[in-house]
Amino acid sequence: MIADRTPQAHEHDVLVPAPARRLPQPPMQHPQPERAHPQRPTKVFDAIARNEPHVTETHEGIAAEEAVLEIERFNLHYGAMHALHDVSMRVPRGKVTALIGPSGCGKSTLLRSVNRMNDLIDSVRIGGEMRLNGDPIYAPGVDVIELRKRIGMVFQKPNPFPMSIFENVVYSLRIDGEGDRRALAQACEESLRAAGLWEEVKDRLQDSALRLSGGQQQRLCIARAIAAEPEVLLLDEPCSALDPIATGRIEDLIEELKGAYSILMVTHNMQQASRTSDFTAFMYLGRLIEYGPTDDIFLQPHLRETEDYVTGRFG
Amino acid sequence: MSELATPPPTKASSGAPARTVRRRGVRRATSLFANGEPMVWLTGGALALAIAMIGGLLLLVISRGLPTFWPAQVLELETLDGQRVAGEVAAVDSYQPTPEVVNLLPEAARDAANAKLAQDDGWSTRRMLRSGNYELTGTHFRWVSDFEIAAQSRPEWIAVVERLEWGRFYGTPIAVEFDGERVSGDPAKVWEAFERAHGPAREVWSERRELETHEIGREAKAKDDARLAVREAELEHGAQSPQAARAAELALEVQRETDARMEVLTQRVDELRKRNEDRRVTLLTADGVEHSLALEQIVRAYPANRLGLTEKLGVYGSRVAEFIFGEPRESNSEGGVFPAIFGTVLMTLIMAILVVPFGVLAALYLREYARPGPIVSAVRIAINNLAGVPSIVFGVFGLGFFCYIVGANIDELLFAAKLPTPTYGKGGLIWASLTLALLTLPVVIVPTEEALAAVPRSMREGSYACGATKWQTIWRIVLPRAMPGIMTGMILALARGAGEVAPLMLVGASKLAAELPLDGTFPYLHPERSFMHLGFHIYDLGFQSQNSEAAKPLVYTTTLLLIALVVVLNLIAIGVRARLRRRFQGAQL
Ligand SMILES: Nc1ncnc2c1ncn2[C@@H]1O[C@H](COP(=O)(O)OP(=O)(O)OP(=O)(O)O)[C@@H](O)[C@H]1O
Ligand SMILES: [Mg+2]
Repeated sequence: MIADRTPQAHEHDVLVPAPARRLPQPPMQHPQPERAHPQRPTKVFDAIARNEPHVTETHEGIAAEEAVLEIERFNLHYGAMHALHDVSMRVPRGKVTALIGPSGCGKSTLLRSVNRMNDLIDSVRIGGEMRLNGDPIYAPGVDVIELRKRIGMVFQKPNPFPMSIFENVVYSLRIDGEGDRRALAQACEESLRAAGLWEEVKDRLQDSALRLSGGQQQRLCIARAIAAEPEVLLLDEPCSALDPIATGRIEDLIEELKGAYSILMVTHNMQQASRTSDFTAFMYLGRLIEYGPTDDIFLQPHLRETEDYVTGRFG
Repeated sequence: MSELATPPPTKASSGAPARTVRRRGVRRATSLFANGEPMVWLTGGALALAIAMIGGLLLLVISRGLPTFWPAQVLELETLDGQRVAGEVAAVDSYQPTPEVVNLLPEAARDAANAKLAQDDGWSTRRMLRSGNYELTGTHFRWVSDFEIAAQSRPEWIAVVERLEWGRFYGTPIAVEFDGERVSGDPAKVWEAFERAHGPAREVWSERRELETHEIGREAKAKDDARLAVREAELEHGAQSPQAARAAELALEVQRETDARMEVLTQRVDELRKRNEDRRVTLLTADGVEHSLALEQIVRAYPANRLGLTEKLGVYGSRVAEFIFGEPRESNSEGGVFPAIFGTVLMTLIMAILVVPFGVLAALYLREYARPGPIVSAVRIAINNLAGVPSIVFGVFGLGFFCYIVGANIDELLFAAKLPTPTYGKGGLIWASLTLALLTLPVVIVPTEEALAAVPRSMREGSYACGATKWQTIWRIVLPRAMPGIMTGMILALARGAGEVAPLMLVGASKLAAELPLDGTFPYLHPERSFMHLGFHIYDLGFQSQNSEAAKPLVYTTTLLLIALVVVLNLIAIGVRARLRRRFQGAQL
């Protein structure tokens, strides 16, 4: 059903546990097991527990890539809670970048910072800068509405709007005032085809989107996000509410969208990250711990903590 | 319960399951209450009681309201003192007559009466006859006790005559005069002649009435308008100004023209009146008086004791039709309630048009824009409490503010010429609608707010993520999704508004409105006019009517109509809501 991209991935299939079994555990209460590891003697988590600054271990492979999104020393507070610490990363153009890390480490927060969804929360304070294709995201005077139109987002739970399938897909065009039926119909068909949903719904475009199955709804949300031809596509655990077959289809879809779109995706599923992404970023307690090409992160991580996480030994 | 929640025991503690089972069994036997059986009965009983009360109410209203128009038989009674009375039985009850009551009878009859009373242990039944013939007897009803009855019969040809004035007449037709021709003698022939003559006489009457009310009214209005124009010109440019002189000239001209037309109209009316003058029917009452009635004054007449089922149904249908589509007469105790139905529906619709957008906007601000905090909470509490304010308070506010302040200012600005006669500065349709809109505002705001709050956060975020502004999100996502809830608010407002009476008495409902608030004269909708309302009509029938005994059954019938009206309005709204719901089916994500 799902083609493995690299032969190495097979190795990890054996090692990686099912995501449901990994429970979130604050490391302060559970100091991680002292396990001897001859090659990589770092004590990153201890340093973080002591609140020392952490410098992201960024692999060289990334520097060669052209960045669509640059994040520089980004900090975010929810009231008194410091949720993102000095996150710096460059998201490459036309590639899939996966964000992994234990629950509550700030993956969604980082993703939502990119299209400034966190503006909707009153208690949020931010520091640092992000740039989308060179344009600052957080500079004063940035039109948030225009910015969001350049960024597509798909949420953890499918959230189709209470309207027809057609209207769902062309929503972002409608709010821009596009009224030409031909242009709308064309955008609708193209987006649905790109999202692999066209064949299933082409005869019932006027039906309520809420009558689709969960997997269809999620693909509809992807179609909706790409209808505006965004510069970056943000996917926040797009498969977490779906069954394995629907998950497989979404993964295939991400594979197909690669190249045409730059994708930043949160996932809890190590297999998914290793299969679908080109780059992987490991986050822990609001810090970006290690960031590099997916193969390196899964096979030769520089940090012991990363290896523990991707192999399921810690968590 | 805790045993039930723990995971199944592992192999290591193999003794546990048996103990768990035994303890559960013990508990079931000891605590009936824990099982909830009594609570099922209690809750079910409460519901049953509620249903029984609603059902009882409906049953009472239906059982009293529906038979009102059924044609009863006419009974002729001869009492021991030699009087005869005919009529329909309107009520029956039992009582213990005192000796004085019996002593009122002629001496010869007392023994017989006493013997009858003794047979029934001093109790007697008495019947209230609707005996009519008000101009002869001075009463519409008469009580007759069983012990004073000498004879009773159902005369074959006695007729029930419903008239435009004086209420019903009961008597046997003995002669009909029609355009110089006179039929008398054989009752069958007389009745046939009556039926032949009645229709044409009524047609002439309708034509005359049309002329009197509409044509002549129009001429009078033209004259009035011209006079008002003079007054307006005087107010605006001064009494000596050329404009005023010109208007006065014009008014004179109009007056000449209308006078000429009036002349023609009055002639025609006189001619019609003359033509109907000697179209009459003579009836013989039960106590032997001959009385002649003009045919044109008779709305409906039927030989009550000769009617078969189909004919009775015919009378019933025609009375129902008159009730629903006719105008009231005899100070509302007879005729129809069409103006009241019309007024109620129109007032309720205008109220809904006013209150729904207003309430939705207010709820939107409260839920979407206002920053939650003590002020918003206080406002919300105040709105909720508004729903508990006695409705008459709103009536007082409506009168004091809308009529006497807003209305009076409108009058001064726009209708100065008519002063001191108020146009808007008194109760009227618009003020009643506004007052009720205020009254039902919380009923709209509360469900709307709930519906807005129930729109999932994920949908809003999805919309923002697409680059929608806050208003676009509200307009395209939140409002459509909340629509069924908003409709619920509207349904509640309709039900509340259509049934409210107390404030209306102050701000515009009237006992009798000469004109409908919506008609063919420009500007068609007349929001300043007072109007009739079914709820107020019920109150008026029950407590203000001179002939309250005759009006009593109508109270129930009108109540039934009001209930039916509210139900119909609600059914329409519920139908719309169901369609909306179907559109959002499966939205419970
Ligand atoms: N609206 C909020 N207000 C306050 N704190 C928040 C808010 N949203 C998230 N947080 C906190 O910020 C931290 C990061 O949350 P975030 O949702 O980004 O985690 P995540 O990595 O996406 O986790 P998961 O994998 O479970 O989705 C958490 O500790 C969370 O409690
Ligand atoms: Mg998350």
